[in-house]
Amino acid sequence: MSDTLLEVDDLRVTFPTRTGLVQAVRGVSFSLGRERLGIVGESGSGKSQTGRAIMGLTPPQAEVSATKLAFDGMDLLSISPRERRALRGNRIAMILQDPKYSLDPVMTIGRQIVETLRTHEKVGKTEARERALAMLQAVQIRDPARVFDLYPHEVSGGMGQRAMIAMMLVTGPELMIADEPTSALDVTVQLDVLNILDKLVAERGMGLIFISHDLRLVSSFCDRVVVMYAGKVVEQIKASELRDAQHPYTRGLLNCMPRIGFERHPLPVLDRKPEWAA
Amino acid sequence: MTAADAGALSRRAWLLSDRPASRLQARLGRAYVAWRRFSANRLALIGLLIIIALLVVAALADVLAPYSPTVGDLKNARLLPPGAAHWFGTDDLGRDIYSRIVYGSRWTLYVVILVAIIAAPIGLLVGTIAGYADGWTDTILMRITDIFLAFPKLVLALAFVAALGPGIENAVLAIAITSWPPYARIARAETLTVRNSDYIKAVQLMGASPFRIVLRHIMPLCISSLIIRVTLDMAGIILTAAGLGFLGLGAQPPLPEWGAMIASGRRFILDQWWVAAAPGAAILIVSLGFNLLGDGLRDALDPRSGDQ
Amino acid sequence: MTASITVEGLEVVFDRFRALKGVSLEVREGESYGLVGESGSGKSTLLRAITGLAPVSSGTITVNGKTLGKTRDKAFYREVQMVFQDPYGSLHPRQTVDRLLQEPLAIHGIADGEKRIERALDEVGLGKGFRFRYAHQLSGGQRQRVAIARALILEPSILLLDEPTSALDASVQAEVLNLLEEVRRRRKLTFLMVSHDLAIITHMCERLMVMQNGEAVETLTASQLIGHRVSEDYTRNLLRASEGFVRV
Repeated sequence: MSDTLLEVDDLRVTFPTRTGLVQAVRGVSFSLGRERLGIVGESGSGKSQTGRAIMGLTPPQAEVSATKLAFDGMDLLSISPRERRALRGNRIAMILQDPKYSLDPVMTIGRQIVETLRTHEKVGKTEARERALAMLQAVQIRDPARVFDLYPHEVSGGMGQRAMIAMMLVTGPELMIADEPTSALDVTVQLDVLNILDKLVAERGMGLIFISHDLRLVSSFCDRVVVMYAGKVVEQIKASELRDAQHPYTRGLLNCMPRIGFERHPLPVLDRKPEWAA
Repeated sequence: MTAADAGALSRRAWLLSDRPASRLQARLGRAYVAWRRFSANRLALIGLLIIIALLVVAALADVLAPYSPTVGDLKNARLLPPGAAHWFGTDDLGRDIYSRIVYGSRWTLYVVILVAIIAAPIGLLVGTIAGYADGWTDTILMRITDIFLAFPKLVLALAFVAALGPGIENAVLAIAITSWPPYARIARAETLTVRNSDYIKAVQLMGASPFRIVLRHIMPLCISSLIIRVTLDMAGIILTAAGLGFLGLGAQPPLPEWGAMIASGRRFILDQWWVAAAPGAAILIVSLGFNLLGDGLRDALDPRSGDQ
Repeated sequence: MTASITVEGLEVVFDRFRALKGVSLEVREGESYGLVGESGSGKSTLLRAITGLAPVSSGTITVNGKTLGKTRDKAFYREVQMVFQDPYGSLHPRQTVDRLLQEPLAIHGIADGEKRIERALDEVGLGKGFRFRYAHQLSGGQRQRVAIARALILEPSILLLDEPTSALDASVQAEVLNLLEEVRRRRKLTFLMVSHDLAIITHMCERLMVMQNGEAVETLTASQLIGHRVSEDYTRNLLRASEGFVRV
């Protein structure tokens, strides 16, 4: 691919614990263009730590290493922390699972968006406010001027997550990492938020990494899916070809969920093979 | 690897096993993990050593003390400086200070243990009941606690001793009465955090009585914070007891209580400094010991620092 | 067929907030009944009201022919047990599995404890090796199995399930759902199950009620739902949402 935005080669994240070193991510490689890539796995698969490592949000006691971790040709592991910070929130943005924990509770939503914008760009107050309002409109918040002055606890989960997306997108990032962005939301709200995300990603030509435990949701939303198990990538596949997945883990994961209209009693269960983790 | 090494290794594996095979193994395993965390802290081990030394000294006072703690040699040994015959010197009645300190450790332990036995259960009971019962019971119990907390500890203890009469038993009682309210507070706060958890709800759904829930399910969760707090308070209890002794309201002469000893040494503090300094140092070391131990226990037992 | 649980005009009010606004339902003996809805629909509150954990301000609840008053007696808890959503929060952190399972037996003064504990552990597929472990030595799925064993040990006839698998990974979810189906078949239990996931409810239940904002939207059979024979728009929305994302 000529238009490569992010290249990850042999990414490893190691945590020190009481009983020795534990590798949460064990040699993950993939590349991303201006497309929607899903990373799917169960708890402990290392999917979130992969996202955090790209974002530079790995906890300080852990160690990140990679043969290559490059964003737009820039080696993320060798640039200074200052450059990394400048990149974060500006050209790379991240949405987390629960807006309750990622929005500042003592600052109005509008001010948070304005602050984000002004830390990364030199803009006047009025212009910043206008762009923030426009962004709130873009995430389909009906009355942006009212929401602008609300505190995070005064809005619903779905609204909070939209505000979070607005805050992350206001600087016009090229890469967006969304870690379970809709898991805390009700199913109907979930689809609204995904629709907004989908539209914005398509309009702005962003690259998107969508991290989730929900293989079916990811496959309906993304172009390509990376399936992780025990810190490793077991399969990379086009979302449209998921039905023909080769790896037994991917197939097991697809099969074990109950589906409306497909009666199977008992449900097929995953028979975990030790060699998958090897 | 020798056979003994292998034995030690397998014993550790047995203790740390993720799949204990008996109640005993599960319990010992848990204790072993706490001990490993505790013993990783050097200062805590020093604290523990100090407390063990205190226990040993108190137990073997009869052997360790060369002289009687109460009867001195008024004729030949008044206010002697530290030397070979009297390691810490003698006081104004010709008594050997070293022997008095050795015997005094018994009184210190007596005070500390009695206060802990009286105050901690009262605090635990009041706090857990108030926290679990909610409503009127909570309000009444906590307002009583507030009243006790509103007075400075020593002043309240003084009032009690003044009413009950001086003496070490009354001093213990007075200190116990004044030191339970903070424990009640801690126990109540702990109870409030767990009372709405699903595991307490699950026991309610078993049909357990409130009494059983408090006693068997909530109290065990409060005990570790309480042990930590009581240990850290030990130093304060010793100092309060010494303070009462110093004011003449605690232990009465000729009891070799450390606070009272400082009080009697006060008169010669400029010329015969050792009379007051030796018991002062003893109080300092033991208080330090309890504080270090308490800090270590906090690391080892703290329920918030992971479930291990 | 006789009714196992009958709820009529149930209202639950928390500090002026009406969590349930006059809900009625009937669960037949041996049936598996589902409650579906989004957060705030009152589905969990309904379960909690039956167990006595939520305050009932009006309406009646009848379980196995007995109309319940303000308090529940011990006999009620031998008939009705509950499995909670969060397996990490529903097991006491300082108790071994053994202790957890012994507690209900001790409360009800049941003698053959040893045998019952071993049988309960076998039944949920854990076996003896798990008996003396603490909660932190178990995975999420294993914890939920222990919670199920604890609910079953009093041999109730009704099991209330509050999103029993929503905190679990998909593959573990399948195992736990299979286990629940198996114990239901073996013990002829009545299930009242709450979930936000239509697929799980249609998989597990014969009939279901869709709830929204503390009210019943409609009552359906699983086959009606599978055949999309629903009459309310809200249910249709839920159905569409459960099919995943569709690009417009």
